Amino acid sequence: MSEFSKNPDKEWIKQRLIVASVCVLLVFVLLFLRLVYLQIIKGEEYRLLSEKNAVRLKSVKSSRGLIFDRNKTLLVDNRPSFNLKIVLEDAGDVKETVQKLAELIQLPFPELMQMIARAGKGAFYKPVTLQTDISREQLALVESHKFDLPGILIDIEPTRYYIYKKTAAHLLGYLGQVNSQELKTGKYPHVRTGDAIGRYGIEKSFEIYLQGKRGGRQIEVDANGRTIKILKTVEPVPGFDVNLTLDLELQQTAEKLFGNRDGAVVAIDPNNGDVLVMASNPSFDQNDFIGGISSKKWKALMSDPGKPMNNKAIQAEYPPASTYKIITSLAALEENHIDRYSTAYCPGFYKYGNRVYRCWKKHGHGEMNVINGLAQSCDVFFYQAGEKVGVDTLAQYALGCGLGKRTGIVLENERKGLIPTSIWKKKRYNEVWQGGETLSIAIGQSYNLVTPLQMAVFMAAVGNGGTLYRPRIVKTIEDNHGQVIQKIDPEITGGLPASKDTLDIIRSGLLKVVQGDRGTARSIRLKQVDIVGKTGTAQVFSMAKGEKIKTEKLRYGLRDHAWFICYAPAENPVIAVSVIIEHGEHGSSAAAPIAGALIDQYIRKMSSEETRWE
Amino acid sequence: MFDRRLIKNFDWGFAILIFLICSVGLVILYSALTAGQDAGTVHILFKKQVIWMGAGFLIIAITVMIDFKELDKLNLFIYTLCVGLLISVIVFGQLGGGSRRWLVIGFVRIQPSELMKIALVISLSSVYSTSVSQTGLNFTRLIKPAVLCMIPFVLIVNQPDLGTGLLLLLIAGSITLFVKVERKVFFTISGMGLAVAPLVWFSLKDYQKFRILTFLNPDRDPLGSGYHIIQSKIAIGSGMLTGKGFLKGTQNALSFLPEQHTDFIVSVLAEEWGLVGCTGLLILYFLLLLWGVNIAYNCRNMFGSILAFGITTMIFWQIFINIGMVMGLMPVVGVPLPLVSYGGSSVITNMVGFGILLNISMRKFSPN
Repeated sequence: MSEFSKNPDKEWIKQRLIVASVCVLLVFVLLFLRLVYLQIIKGEEYRLLSEKNAVRLKSVKSSRGLIFDRNKTLLVDNRPSFNLKIVLEDAGDVKETVQKLAELIQLPFPELMQMIARAGKGAFYKPVTLQTDISREQLALVESHKFDLPGILIDIEPTRYYIYKKTAAHLLGYLGQVNSQELKTGKYPHVRTGDAIGRYGIEKSFEIYLQGKRGGRQIEVDANGRTIKILKTVEPVPGFDVNLTLDLELQQTAEKLFGNRDGAVVAIDPNNGDVLVMASNPSFDQNDFIGGISSKKWKALMSDPGKPMNNKAIQAEYPPASTYKIITSLAALEENHIDRYSTAYCPGFYKYGNRVYRCWKKHGHGEMNVINGLAQSCDVFFYQAGEKVGVDTLAQYALGCGLGKRTGIVLENERKGLIPTSIWKKKRYNEVWQGGETLSIAIGQSYNLVTPLQMAVFMAAVGNGGTLYRPRIVKTIEDNHGQVIQKIDPEITGGLPASKDTLDIIRSGLLKVVQGDRGTARSIRLKQVDIVGKTGTAQVFSMAKGEKIKTEKLRYGLRDHAWFICYAPAENPVIAVSVIIEHGEHGSSAAAPIAGALIDQYIRKMSSEETRWE
Repeated sequence: MFDRRLIKNFDWGFAILIFLICSVGLVILYSALTAGQDAGTVHILFKKQVIWMGAGFLIIAITVMIDFKELDKLNLFIYTLCVGLLISVIVFGQLGGGSRRWLVIGFVRIQPSELMKIALVISLSSVYSTSVSQTGLNFTRLIKPAVLCMIPFVLIVNQPDLGTGLLLLLIAGSITLFVKVERKVFFTISGMGLAVAPLVWFSLKDYQKFRILTFLNPDRDPLGSGYHIIQSKIAIGSGMLTGKGFLKGTQNALSFLPEQHTDFIVSVLAEEWGLVGCTGLLILYFLLLLWGVNIAYNCRNMFGSILAFGITTMIFWQIFINIGMVMGLMPVVGVPLPLVSYGGSSVITNMVGFGILLNISMRKFSPN
């Protein structure tokens, strides 16, 4: 073997092992010298630092991203909050110190001790929060007695501030303290125990953008735990700012017009789906949630029959009532069961089988075509149209118009509503569909359910020529230098299943609702602009035949809901509005004026902006 | 079948040295545990470690029974088995601290990357024992070792456990240099490494760069590893010449050093026993390594020599990286200190290594 001659001998291996051993020796000498340096040369210095336990880590909270409206008006800000903390290691006799503190600023002693107990064993050197957001008076007292209160310190940390109390509360949302289960999921890598995270609305949906990143400091402290020197700093990264499509002024108007009535308003721009207004009444004060809402306030919110914690614009489902007649006429026209000129006679009722279906107008509308039918909201015309279309075809059109499914707005818990079909009824109740039920469906009663947002999106599509947009609430996300991190473009989700002719017929009908002499909403007519819309009165309770009770006497909870959906101007619309007032009784008298006022304000605002630009 | 001469040849000195380091390790571990945990946990963890060490000595006893030359024949089997375990970690592994390193079999948690170190040393020794020559290895002879190295490296780095991955490369590199490569080969590989490094660097994403820079320089992360290093330095320095005394350390409270009983255990030794104690441990370790080198020298079998050297190298790098890290000389990596740090996988792996060394030492006179 030729290999054998080159085969290493003992001597060769010995040499290589000696070289290796020398390397090891050198490394060990290096380690030894390092030990000498740390323990002998710098030993004294380190001994001192260790005796005081003097180098600490201090976390620095980042400030959460701000939220602006479409005109860059600040809606949600951060303000400084003075948080009272204790470092147990420095506090000496903890009980005594806390007792003194409790007496000084009048806080319950047991609660403070509970905060300490909750922090657990590992927290000896870490500041434990005793009380967040103390008042200026308390702050002054603590500061002036700080030498009697070892280990007590005050951190100034940013906290959330909702500038316009109760305004758009459901849309903006609120914060709540993160819990240990959420921390364990790993979804919030930069969040620590005690931090707040978005719990509702935009605050929740855009949590990862708004959050920012904690920073921290290595600090050297003296025997009382007071900072002597900052050794190293990592600056916190502020969260990104969110620019909404919301119009603050319009939103405030809508909320003011609501007064103490319950319901919701949504206004969107038909050209891109931008949400201009989203109000839900009653509302709540988001500032109450900062630092944990008191159980008394929480109970009051939960037991309120008006359900203030529900965003009615997306979570409440109502029968669409007469607003649904738009869908019925659209389906009937598209399916060629009727045309612009076909008429039906309304004597005030319609006989189907052996039942009589009444029109809301007792003495009847007389001869009706689709345009006047919409304008005067004649039930009999749509009973007949609906009967011809049939429940399942009608449902297909409704789905095509964006009903019965989520609009896709980036808010949690949006509801789908309900568009019934014969199969649905079979599944749900195990019953066969009755022809008479189709008549009720055709005028928007019975099983149908829609959300105010769905109706706004639909109405916007009627106005813009048939394009359904996904409602957009956030336009851009920016960093704190104003650089755009993410831009959210308008998104088309579909088109109305209607030809241009069909839409034209429907529009002229809806125009007459406000502009026609007999239109159901003629009272809100504006001078400067034509409004195109539809009223609706949704029955909460169907009265027994022939029974007539004065509505004032009717219990509030049984009164009808009032709808109004519309857009304006008639040509090239700029705003679509959907209003529902719970137990408001008549769409024309309760809901329509709110929409009218919003449109009036918005159009004025736009034209004044235009003149400014010229 | 069992040769009586083997018992006569048993390397009692080396065994006693191992026992001595284990004892020192337990003393330090006790200090480290008492500082950071409540009494119940201390008891449980300490007992666990004693059991692991007992099991370790049992493993030594088993390992010395089988002639080490069997390992030469079985090398590919052992290697494949360990790679198989590494792959199953990806599939069935348990998450811990953001990476997938552990495999649970029954009630035992094992860390296949630890066992892989031994398997790789055995395989490389086997390959090199037939190809070694005084003139050094050429490129073609390095292909197989390189492949053997890269498979586990990629698997471990993806866990992700960069520290153990790099440790594997260091061990393999040391063995390769020991058996000698051609000068041409050495310079070409070094040159290529230097040329490629910047290209790799610029292709990395910002956060990856940050992680590597932090790895090299903990000061860049003053709230994380940088903070641990400064606390560790304070602990070590404050021990001064003779230390603060057993259980008198003040620095090693839980909030300062999160892994004082595993990776940062030397800081506890240094604080309580001072320079005197540290030097003592360094001397014990140095003796251990020299003994290993001596075993390599005395073995008449090429595979045995390289294997003994390889195991010694594995122990050396762990000691150097761990102590260097704790003193702020090395990047912060999770490499445990042999026989001292808490942890079953590490104890068992090192004990297997020592068993192999004792095995080689006993059979040094049997050439084939």
